[in-house]
Amino acid sequence: MDIINISYLISAILFIMGLKKLGSAKTARYGNQLAMTGMLIAMVATLFDKGVLDYTYIIAGLAIGAIIGGISAKRVQMTNMPQMVALFNGVGGGASALIASAEYMRMTAIPEMEVSVTLLLSLFIGTLTFTGSYIAYAKLQGTMSSAPIALPFHQGINTLLLVATIVVGAFFVMDPASPNPFLIVALASAILGVLFVIPIGGADMPVVISLLNSYSGIAAAMTGFVLSNNVLIISGALVGASGIILTNLMCKAMNRSLTNVLFGRVGAVAKGERIERQVTRYTPEDVVMMLDKSDSVIIVPGYGLAVAQAQHVTQEMASILEERGIKVQYAIHQVAGRMPGHMNVLLAEANVSYDQIKDMDEINDEFAETDIVLVLGANDVVNPLARTKEDSVLYGMPILDVDQARTVVVVKRSLSPGFAGEDNPLFYEDKTMMVFGDAKEVMTKIVHHLKEE
Amino acid sequence: MIGEILISVYVFVLAIFVGVEIISKVPPLLHTPLMSGSNAISGITIVGAIISAGSGHSTLSSVLGMFAVIFATINVVGGFMVTDRMLEMFKKKEK
Repeated sequence: MDIINISYLISAILFIMGLKKLGSAKTARYGNQLAMTGMLIAMVATLFDKGVLDYTYIIAGLAIGAIIGGISAKRVQMTNMPQMVALFNGVGGGASALIASAEYMRMTAIPEMEVSVTLLLSLFIGTLTFTGSYIAYAKLQGTMSSAPIALPFHQGINTLLLVATIVVGAFFVMDPASPNPFLIVALASAILGVLFVIPIGGADMPVVISLLNSYSGIAAAMTGFVLSNNVLIISGALVGASGIILTNLMCKAMNRSLTNVLFGRVGAVAKGERIERQVTRYTPEDVVMMLDKSDSVIIVPGYGLAVAQAQHVTQEMASILEERGIKVQYAIHQVAGRMPGHMNVLLAEANVSYDQIKDMDEINDEFAETDIVLVLGANDVVNPLARTKEDSVLYGMPILDVDQARTVVVVKRSLSPGFAGEDNPLFYEDKTMMVFGDAKEVMTKIVHHLKEE
Repeated sequence: MIGEILISVYVFVLAIFVGVEIISKVPPLLHTPLMSGSNAISGITIVGAIISAGSGHSTLSSVLGMFAVIFATINVVGGFMVTDRMLEMFKKKEK
């Protein structure tokens, strides 16, 4: 029997079991370790492949990669996790493209048509993922403006490049012996990756990262077709499916279609009319007085909270309230943060117990029986216009029903509208207490007053 | 007789169904670790990279293979480590 292929089968089983265990917070860490074991088994088995004759380049590559990967994983801050995942997606895609190139060079006979096709697909998706992910990284990291950038005739250029890639690709399939079409496809896919991500605004990055995640998986599967290796095909398909599911969930949570996210260029100009009304300003002391009288509190954190690094002091306040017998929960909208589930990780880092963290479907019915909702650095996801204003970009987006609570405290720097450019009528309601200021400063003051009592 | 490529297509399609089935059940709470963890799994390309780098065919193909090994290793090591770091933080407080 073939030991190497049996090892690959074991790896595939461990990946599937690992992903299954990732479905519950209790078993997730164990699941990740299962997948890690699967990877180790596949790697060790491959080292015994009879095709491996020279270990110098392998050992060098493993050492360099492990050092870079290990250091980045240890050092990265949780707020920067989306960038990190974007980079990891990128190198994953890059690896697929490089393997396709190396395999092409090694081919002694003219490859069969299906091999040429998968070779090209692996190169195309891999390279596009590599450059696209790098742009996503630069936008998230702020080394590049997060605003949408559009060239004149942007979609026209994209279409032209795509058609050209297909035509040149067809030439390659007809005559795989000549390397020029292969190189042209590589170059065109690199440019397409860049053009594909630059017109997408910063707020839509969760969708882009999920999509690139899916691409990196599909690229791996295509490489599996080239090498006729089932463990690559299975793993690639699993990751491809995962990325597509997350992409869909993100689009649904924003009430947008994928086409609209990719080609809509939302976030360029803020529009929507302002409501000419006065708001009453409240102080942190006022909030503390309200908290004293309450029995239940729901905290709604938005990305603004993470930017202000206020999650730790918020959890400090939550602990004080809990000691007084007040029920405290966190309500998370799916698009809070810069990638799917990002806010949950930031709260976990601040020692928030995961059974206190609720997603929208779990908690929306509870707002009506809640004394105080604290909205910290969130805006569009609590905007009631999403239910009523039919001509708004927000219309139809699922929101957290915070306006059902008895009192709503909104901590915000100013009255400026959110990404959707829409004013938020919640801010002007009688039951709303607006506290202006940096989330961290305001929360620090609240904690200070709570401790003084 | 089914051709080799068609068997691969079978495997691919069936694996996608397995993936959709498993991953739809992951709650939003764990979506970030799911993404970084599945991303690490896509680093399985390391298997192909090792073979490319070690084939001893020509210096250029070995160097391309070595870069593929570097990229895939960053993906694997970084992906699993950062996922583990995140999941370690997900705790339930004893009350």
